[in-house]
Amino acid sequence: MIMGNIRKRLEPLINPLSNDNPVIVQILGICSALAVTAKLQPAVVMTISVLAVLALSNVIISLMRNTIPTSIRIIVQLVVVAALVVVVDQVLKAWNYEVSKQLSVFIGLIITNCIIMGRLEAFALNNTPFDSFLDGVGNALGYGIILVIVAFFRELFGSGTLWGFQVIPQALYDMGYQNNGMMILPPMALITVACIIWFHNRKAK
Amino acid sequence: MKINKESNVYTVVYAAVLVVVVGFALALVYQALRPAQLENIANDTKKQILAAALIYPTADQTIGSLYESHIKESFCVDSKGDVVEGAKAFDVNMANEVKKPADERVLPVFVCSTDKGVKYIVPVSGAGLWGPIWGYIAMNADGKTIFGAYFGHQGETPGLGAEIERPAFSGQFEGKPIFGSNGDFESVLVVKKGQEPAGRAYVNAVSGGTITSQGVQKMLFTSLEPYTAFFKKLEKESSNKE
Repeated sequence: MIMGNIRKRLEPLINPLSNDNPVIVQILGICSALAVTAKLQPAVVMTISVLAVLALSNVIISLMRNTIPTSIRIIVQLVVVAALVVVVDQVLKAWNYEVSKQLSVFIGLIITNCIIMGRLEAFALNNTPFDSFLDGVGNALGYGIILVIVAFFRELFGSGTLWGFQVIPQALYDMGYQNNGMMILPPMALITVACIIWFHNRKAK
Repeated sequence: MKINKESNVYTVVYAAVLVVVVGFALALVYQALRPAQLENIANDTKKQILAAALIYPTADQTIGSLYESHIKESFCVDSKGDVVEGAKAFDVNMANEVKKPADERVLPVFVCSTDKGVKYIVPVSGAGLWGPIWGYIAMNADGKTIFGAYFGHQGETPGLGAEIERPAFSGQFEGKPIFGSNGDFESVLVVKKGQEPAGRAYVNAVSGGTITSQGVQKMLFTSLEPYTAFFKKLEKESSNKE
């Protein structure tokens, strides 16, 4: 009985990881999944940034939910998200300049990530701050898992490295193996995401 | 008192208060983080300058002290090779300078002492496929050949144009002459494999990054050409010493 209750409380956190994954089930946030997944490191930093923005904006909007005038609720959400994204961008520039250089405009584009607006509109406006927090973390992780999986394959086959370290032995290159330049281009991210969706659907059946 | 949340007054006041609060918060964050960001940017520039002279910081070195120990002197010259008084080389923005006519440019020079003698590092700036590209070229003391190069970019395609920042590309510039056999400025060409020109210095372009590579070639020519007089002076000085 107690276990059931805990499970129920944690549903907003666990559901988005697989059953209701924002990327591969709801097909949201695809554009950034293409842009930052050529290498593993930017994908992870992007995940952390989205996690911070989504969890915090969910909590803030949830706290404000009873005061927001319905007619300007989207604008209010945008202002909150944009402010948080600017803060994340500034913090990255101050503390991890190298990575912020790599991610350049994509941090700014978190503002337009459909997952964030979607969760604010669908969840945070109607739920308590704590549930909204769990929902934010869950969805950001669900997004992050896909990002990391896609980046893993793209970096491995596209550059022969993982996290910047060479993993495909030099001997293979000497035998004529070549990196697949196609993996680095955005279309292969779509195809990789499509493969993940395929496996996921097979499993769900 | 019950407030009507749908009234116009409430909506306008709500929006105004929200914007003021958010604006204030962002201003605070910006003010608090600005010094750290400026330091990062300065350190990043120093790191790039040193990378041109093939000096890389090890884990226990700070960029600041490494820079101090190698770059003993920096100054600006004009297109006649004369020193411009009062201009600080580190603060000159090369991206603005290359837009001016050659004889109006202020040209920074960083004098770097390395294990292999004195090198003269100069900045270059140009355009790639998606945005600006830039770099630093370290010249040998004779002003004729390149000792090392560093290239950076803002948003070239990862794995293609972005490869210009890798040593595999920039390392090719080592030892390349920028003057032809008759002494005219010729720069270094960036060409595809199989299209190597006869009698001119060249490096191989990044495959799949044609426009970025052409950008590098153009950047080298337009940025280095105004230095011709300065490099010729170096050449004269070094031959006088011998």
